[in-house]
Amino acid sequence: MTPSPASVVADPAGLADVTRSDAALRRFLHGLPGVDQVGADARAAALSTRSIKTTAKAFAIDLAVRMIDLTTLEGADTPGKVRSLCAKARRPDPHDASVPATAAVCVYNDLVGLAKAELGGSGVKVAAVSTAFPSGRASLAVKLADTRDAVTQGADEIDMVIDRGAFLSGRYLEVLEEIAAVKQVCSEGGADAHLKVILETGELATYDNVRRASWLAMMAGADFIKTSTGKISPAATLPVTLVMLEACRDWRDATGAMVGMKPAGGIRTTKDAMRYLVLVNETVGTDWLTPDWFRLGASSLLNDLLLQRQRMSTGRYSGPDYVTVD
Amino acid sequence: MARASKPKPFEYAPAPESRAVVDLASSYGLFIDGEFVDGTGGALKSVNPATEEVLAEVAEASEADIDLAVKAARRAYTRVWSKMSGAERAKYLFRIARIVQERSRELAVLESLDNGKPIKESRDVDVPLVAAHFFYYAGWADKLEHAGFGPDPRPLGVAAQVIPWNFPLLMLAWKIAPALAAGNTVVLKPAETTPLTALLFAEICQQAELPPGVVNIVTGAGPTGAALVAHPGVDKVAFTGSTEVGKAISRAVAGTDKRLTLELGGKAANIVFDDAPVDQTVEGIVAGIFFNQGHVCCAGSRLLVQESVAEELVSRLKRRLGTLRLGDPLDKNTDIGAINSLEQLERIRHLAGVGDDEGAERWTADCDLPAKGYWFAPTVFTGVSQAHRIAREEIFGPVLSVLTFRTPSEAIEKANNTAYGLSAGIWTEKGSRILRMAGAMRAGVVWANTFNRFDPTSPFGGYKESGYGREGGRHGLAAYLDVH
Repeated sequence: MTPSPASVVADPAGLADVTRSDAALRRFLHGLPGVDQVGADARAAALSTRSIKTTAKAFAIDLAVRMIDLTTLEGADTPGKVRSLCAKARRPDPHDASVPATAAVCVYNDLVGLAKAELGGSGVKVAAVSTAFPSGRASLAVKLADTRDAVTQGADEIDMVIDRGAFLSGRYLEVLEEIAAVKQVCSEGGADAHLKVILETGELATYDNVRRASWLAMMAGADFIKTSTGKISPAATLPVTLVMLEACRDWRDATGAMVGMKPAGGIRTTKDAMRYLVLVNETVGTDWLTPDWFRLGASSLLNDLLLQRQRMSTGRYSGPDYVTVD
Repeated sequence: MARASKPKPFEYAPAPESRAVVDLASSYGLFIDGEFVDGTGGALKSVNPATEEVLAEVAEASEADIDLAVKAARRAYTRVWSKMSGAERAKYLFRIARIVQERSRELAVLESLDNGKPIKESRDVDVPLVAAHFFYYAGWADKLEHAGFGPDPRPLGVAAQVIPWNFPLLMLAWKIAPALAAGNTVVLKPAETTPLTALLFAEICQQAELPPGVVNIVTGAGPTGAALVAHPGVDKVAFTGSTEVGKAISRAVAGTDKRLTLELGGKAANIVFDDAPVDQTVEGIVAGIFFNQGHVCCAGSRLLVQESVAEELVSRLKRRLGTLRLGDPLDKNTDIGAINSLEQLERIRHLAGVGDDEGAERWTADCDLPAKGYWFAPTVFTGVSQAHRIAREEIFGPVLSVLTFRTPSEAIEKANNTAYGLSAGIWTEKGSRILRMAGAMRAGVVWANTFNRFDPTSPFGGYKESGYGREGGRHGLAAYLDVH
């Protein structure tokens, strides 16, 4: 427990003070309460034994569908692939109109315009990965241009990566300023793109780093904090998500503002998704249980949710040929 | 972005574990010499504390029954068990451990029915630890000459064992596994309110084809226990329970050549420094005092928190307690089950009332208590001082007393300023402070950045009025061998 950094941040003047220099920012971030890894793992494991059945399961499945950022981030992505993904996002189950649409589709920059056109007024957002995703190894100018490109094409959401190299070498201020600069680009020219900041927790390695990076991103103006690119293993895990949710909760305590959370990568089954929802429910509570504040970055998850949903309505398991391959 | 939807609460549907796995008889006899026999005494009713439903009648062993059980244990000791090689004894213990695993669901459901503890605890903590204990001591049975007690340590003979109601099957395992591994035979009396899993364990002994008389289970209340420990045919007495009864047993065996180990009450300090990992500390406090409804002798019932962070920590703790789910012990999502008996509930209510009268500030988690059964909502007293009874007496329920300290030395003084000394907890990110504090605690078990973790390899036992002797680990063997 700290010399309460929280109260420092709550005061705008204090925040300026904290970000005055690398040294001040380091003192602040290193003054955050530590995370005991064994304890955090144990808490996440304990919550994952919750038994979600019948009505609770039905609720969780539909909520999870609504929270999905349906993602394709491959070198081999084509217009055809993205069209088909957009159709899936709008109407996940062709046989069942009661299945809600997903929250967003998430694509590379060059496919944003196409995805926007496909999704039209459906309410499904388009998210673009930006800032030299996934490595983030480019100059700030290139990263900002990359972001500007996505924003001008109409991206509703920008999923940026932080500079892990700068973070791990202790240049926190550089990371903070870069996020803030990207955030500024998100609102250029009257745009209002939401900024998700990917920490790439698999490269940060310790939970202490995850907590510090979470605070750093929120201080820099992140609308969402996100675990992973999906290109590094491990991607999202329950304990990492727990630590980040705790940071969101503490941030709200300190500033009154909510920041969203998005685990991404490795979430494949309905059971996985329900465990994340339980984590949200019992860590930050109901306020975050909406696509506005919690997303699941996933691709194959959606079909498993649909299969489980079919099973719940028919009482039988169907099979992989009863959901679409996209 | 427009905030489209107002979130709806995520309500967990009931997820009850099935009772069908348990085959309850309407009445049970005593397990003596490998057989279930009718007792010659009266009968007791065992009640489900979550519903007040009578689960079964059990025999109340009379002095004559005790005599038969002790004689059966003696015969088994002399003729079979003491002559058997350690490797052979180990086979039986391994077999018991495996059957416990195979029947784990049945044991867990029955434990939750009879005791009131949540199924997630009986399933994930109690029963796995029971199996682990038998596996662990099975491994020692043929290695006693290498345990550091000399070349050929001998067993004591017949052990009389009396256990409490808070961890009925786990305390049975802590008693029976080392006793049998060391070559003793036992007569065990389970607690009056929780005899049913011990009787199911008797069935497991039959299933494992344990030689008759090696394990005998005699049910009953206080007088049965008193008769058992006083029986002249007993070589060793092991008791876990209240300090008051422990003292009475100590008086009863004084002047005899019976060996005695006692594991009694506690009022453990859980000490939180200002640099503690705050979220995990909150979890540790919850695990320390609300695990098993606080019916834990080593519970972290006294929270000693550094004054500079007390307010923040307590507010985080209260928020966390608001998420605890109290109710049906068989529901897989229940965190807090029922208080084991009306008698215990009244004791908790009384001591909480004393806390009010002494001027401490009571806070209770906002949760509905079921209409039937014995329930007590998680409760925190702040503004508690060392002079308050709720800081000194064991409540044995889901009631936490919060005290503050200013310096490490003050924390040590306050933590040790108790008649008990069973356990302590230390929360800090600073390793050197953990080592200094652990060395200064007059307590048998000291946890650092965790609480209420158990393992068969780790010895467990108390200082001062928390008793003497150690259970678990290599040290636990000493209590059942003729060594000092």
